[in-house]
Amino acid sequence: MHRPVDAVMLARRAASFTRRSIKADSKRAGLRLAVSMLDLTTLEGADSPELARALCRKAIQPIPQPIDPPVPSVAAVCVYPRLVPVVREALLGTDVKTASVATSFPSGQVPIDTRLAETEAALAAGADEIDMVISRGAFLAGRFDEVAAEVRAVKDVCGDAHLKVILETGELGTPDNIRRCADLVIEAATQGADVPDGAVFVKTSTGKVSPAATMPSVLLLLEAVRDHFRATGVRIGVKPAGGIRKSKAALHLLVMVRETVGPDWLCPQLFRIGASSLLDDLARQLLWTSRGHYAAMHDVAVT
Amino acid sequence: MTSAESRTVEALTGSDWDYSPAPERTRPDIASEYGLFIDGEFKEPQSGKTFATTNPATGERLARISEAGEADVDAAMAAARAAGPKWARLKGRERGKYLFRLARRIQECARELAVLETMDGGKPIKESRDVDLPLAAQHFFYHGGWADKLQWAFAGRNVRPRGVCGQIIPWNFPLLMAAWKLAPALACGNTVVLKPAETTSLSALHLARLLQEIDLPPGVVNIVTGAGDTGRLVASHQAVRKVAFTGSTEVGRLIMQELAPREIPLTLELGGKSANIVFADAAIDQAVEGVVGGIWFNQGHVCCAGSRLLVEESILEPFVAALRDRMAQLRVGDPLDKNTDVGAINSREQLDRIRSLVAAGQEEGAILHDAQTDSLPEKGHWFPPCFFTGVQPSHIVAREEIFGPVLAVMTFRTPEEAIRRANTTPYGLAAGVWTDKGSKIFEIARRMEAGVVWCNTYNQFDAGSPFGGVKESGFGREGGLHGLRGYVR
Repeated sequence: MHRPVDAVMLARRAASFTRRSIKADSKRAGLRLAVSMLDLTTLEGADSPELARALCRKAIQPIPQPIDPPVPSVAAVCVYPRLVPVVREALLGTDVKTASVATSFPSGQVPIDTRLAETEAALAAGADEIDMVISRGAFLAGRFDEVAAEVRAVKDVCGDAHLKVILETGELGTPDNIRRCADLVIEAATQGADVPDGAVFVKTSTGKVSPAATMPSVLLLLEAVRDHFRATGVRIGVKPAGGIRKSKAALHLLVMVRETVGPDWLCPQLFRIGASSLLDDLARQLLWTSRGHYAAMHDVAVT
Repeated sequence: MTSAESRTVEALTGSDWDYSPAPERTRPDIASEYGLFIDGEFKEPQSGKTFATTNPATGERLARISEAGEADVDAAMAAARAAGPKWARLKGRERGKYLFRLARRIQECARELAVLETMDGGKPIKESRDVDLPLAAQHFFYHGGWADKLQWAFAGRNVRPRGVCGQIIPWNFPLLMAAWKLAPALACGNTVVLKPAETTSLSALHLARLLQEIDLPPGVVNIVTGAGDTGRLVASHQAVRKVAFTGSTEVGRLIMQELAPREIPLTLELGGKSANIVFADAAIDQAVEGVVGGIWFNQGHVCCAGSRLLVEESILEPFVAALRDRMAQLRVGDPLDKNTDVGAINSREQLDRIRSLVAAGQEEGAILHDAQTDSLPEKGHWFPPCFFTGVQPSHIVAREEIFGPVLAVMTFRTPEEAIRRANTTPYGLAAGVWTDKGSKIFEIARRMEAGVVWCNTYNQFDAGSPFGGVKESGFGREGGLHGLRGYVR
């Protein structure tokens, strides 16, 4: 079923969430919630085991200074497959998940067998979660079955490991395409299997393409997920990623989740934020709420 | 691991995360008493009468307002007439400077004026801050630009101002309506006697303070406060050469009768019962958004409110479900809280009217769906956002202008039926058409009997875009080039 989207009113609705005023207790709780939903990410060619270990420390304990109430750990650390064993070991004994990009991230422009093999390797190395990319070229050319088949194939390889499917909304061109792609991916990933709540996510972007997680694109994913829940009772997760650097943007996302899919989704099992520098800003804001003054960047950035 | 085990994921934690109160703390400097703004000064009313203005959200008295009697209106008219020739002779670019200066002062004082508007009228601070104030400033900027370009606006004509304009404005967008009326009149070189609505005089009186600050020549704008009697004195005064009125169709009719024997050009912007037509092929989530904004914006106190919803029958059920979910997200309450979506009903009289019309709807058998009835504040005037389903076109809630947060939902099966149902009303102010099909948009829009037709959007306002009605919604246009026509001869 094709659900048309109108860009003008979509943008107006998306902007309305940014007009909410999040203050006092609501801000304190919202910042902590946002920390708990983070997929702390590093996806650079220059990533090293040492850097990954530092990121893991930060993931487990986002703020080194004592703060009351304590700040939760982030949800996951997301890296390239080669660093999965290092991250896995560094996170051992904690609740923080190991997430790996796979399927020839970020472009997906290699044969499907190679992409599946990469996924298998990431899982064998200990990844709890796989962030896959789709073939945007196939989608834009109208070969929807091909996209559905690759999502299905990766999901099969994943088994019980959670799967996040990156649409790369910045390359899809129109809100109509984003909505159509989200519906297609959700349908393919949940087809024929009993999918538990939160086992499948739709994710906006790789972070390598701009625009990335804009408010309208995230709203489209949330609406697709809401409609799927209404139709089937299955809760699909949503993960905006890319370009979310400030606490305020994270709080706006929480507002959008709350008013679009409802409070059930306000948990790391169903909503994640993919980011790297955002955590530093969340930390500074949290320190501000407890101390009454801002921490210097060197007080919080420890990677 | 068995498949049953593999499916036991961690329990969802969810969250009851909600927004803390976010009260706007700015407070405007409200005087205890306000005189009449005549000839550049605030003057005690010769009538000796005053009345109270209250905050409809709390019942608290804000100030005492003067009631202009006959002698007061005479004085205002005399001041406007005396100031007329010099103001009309002033070069257009000089008049423009005053308008630009006023627009900038409004921007500088936007926060105080927004709070004042919210306290006096009950509308959410979010709306007065994000809609009323920016648009009011925009109207003065826009018309300031026309002031020295009238010879291009009216090519081939040497236009002159009409003279003294009597302008009467409503209580739903007090400052914005003042801007809509004043800006074109002043740009064209007219002088004005303006009468604000009696429940919402404060923002116009604070605008008068700004007029003093920008050194507008005395008498160019005079503001007389009061109720219907004062309005009648303004509209029927012998000195007026142009009357502009925004308000109810009932009063508009009286003004027209009053002016019938005289050759006074009239602009009337009256009531409405505007239809939003949603086709099955529309972008549904965005259509829901448009319907929500169309009826629940400003508590439904909007002349162009999309108070009738016509939904294609095949999508009635999901559309109503989506509308109900969306309605549940509206936060009703303290208008000064920055997160409030729906504020207080403007007056006791209006609340009573809404209540009686909703009761009539229920008696006629329509089904009421409302939101958040239990958590409304105890003091003040409140009515929760609601809509009726099972409405017949003959029902009172489908015919009468309610001017409150009440939507009547009906269905149609074919475009012809949609057009017929939408046009079956004495009003003709606005309409909305929602479809993904361009050809359908043009066909329906062409056949709507309405002054404004919005396509895949609603409530879009701009100083450059003419606004006004047909049929019993009035005549004449405000805004844009069309809006200037009423103020020149």
